[in-house]
Amino acid sequence: MTETEIRQAILEAIGQIAPEADPTAIRPEDNLREALDIDSFDFLQVLIRLNRRLGVEIPESDYTQLATFSGMIRYLSDKLAAH
Amino acid sequence: MPSLGADMKEGTLVQWNVKPGDTVKRGDIIAIVATEKADIEVEVYETGTVETLIAQPGDKCPVGTTLARIHVEGEAAPPPVSPAPEAEKPHRVKASPLARKLALEMGLDLENIKGSGPGGVIERHDVGHVAAALKSKPPEAAEPAAPEMRHAIAVAMARSNREIPHYYLSTRIDMSKALRWIEQSNQRRPIERRLLPVALLLRGVARALTDVPELNGYYLDDKLKMAGEVNIGVAISLRRGGLMIPAILSAQKKSVDEMMTALSDLITRARSGRLRGSEITEGTVTVSNLGDLGVETVLGVIYPPQVALVGFGKIIEQSWAENGMLGVRPVLTASLAADHRATDGHRGAQFLQTLDHLLQDPEAL
Repeated sequence: MTETEIRQAILEAIGQIAPEADPTAIRPEDNLREALDIDSFDFLQVLIRLNRRLGVEIPESDYTQLATFSGMIRYLSDKLAAH
Repeated sequence: MPSLGADMKEGTLVQWNVKPGDTVKRGDIIAIVATEKADIEVEVYETGTVETLIAQPGDKCPVGTTLARIHVEGEAAPPPVSPAPEAEKPHRVKASPLARKLALEMGLDLENIKGSGPGGVIERHDVGHVAAALKSKPPEAAEPAAPEMRHAIAVAMARSNREIPHYYLSTRIDMSKALRWIEQSNQRRPIERRLLPVALLLRGVARALTDVPELNGYYLDDKLKMAGEVNIGVAISLRRGGLMIPAILSAQKKSVDEMMTALSDLITRARSGRLRGSEITEGTVTVSNLGDLGVETVLGVIYPPQVALVGFGKIIEQSWAENGMLGVRPVLTASLAADHRATDGHRGAQFLQTLDHLLQDPEAL
């Protein structure tokens, strides 16, 4: 899966949880929860959707690595590449 | 029209889920009603057969208006239906079904639309004209989203501050054991079934309230009425602004896992506008968790006629002295806003102390 496809999967997951958010306004290093104004419940829902869509296991201890948009892309790319 | 909030005066029937002749049982969702805050599913409290649907979709009805007649199982056969007395007839604006549907979809109030049909009936094109006129209007100064919801919150909170003599208590709780338990538990779970700390906190509140029941109930007619069930209203912020406080019903009977499932379901439905009437009206206490936004202490405003609100802040690593040793622990500030007419600070303090003790033994929760 390419980085563009991963990015698209993340944007779709965000769109389902925070449909009013404008993901194009998010900068790569922004904290996603703050930028999207989503709480821990919503953040977990985004991760659940990514898990379903991409089949990547995301242990709770790794959550901090997915805090930013760029971190999320990096983490998922690495996990998919290791498959 | 049920009262779906302490200060609700009227609601608009959005749709019927039943028709005359249908059999209904207690708990069935028979209609959807739009209130200032959201669309709410209306449950039926009896088992029987739908006789007549009096109100029609689009009708704006004051609280107490008869929306439908249901023949309750086991009751004598009803007399022939006669026209409803004027007082309980919903106020009905004359409009074609298409016009009603369109106005509902566009969020327009039929009361504000002039009908051009026979006898002043509002036609579809009348609604279209109003919608087009509103669209072409230049934007005015930015208004907060959902002003009706802001109004409903304003009324309830102003009443609370006017009528309820609040007292506030707070305590710091060491969350080391609770977080460790959640972490270990989550390692064994698929991501869909993982727990958030708030599930444990809600379970703790429900248990502590069974020990201090004076904080669970209502202050009505100058006296405290303790509730039999612990129905925890959870303050949920909505995407378009504002908040709802739907309740997790019978929370005292739910395990931590069940609490997490109930919370997930409640948040999802609150944000998609699919709450049930009982969840809006039967809350006996409120929990507000603002820790996600970095807030350390929540000093809340009680939702009348309830008598307590429990606030949770962010779990923060802080210095913690114990047995003469200084260390760093994840610490949560739990607070209580309580009605001084119903309880004194002593009972409030006992509640927070009980909550703290319960969270030190999460496995037993």
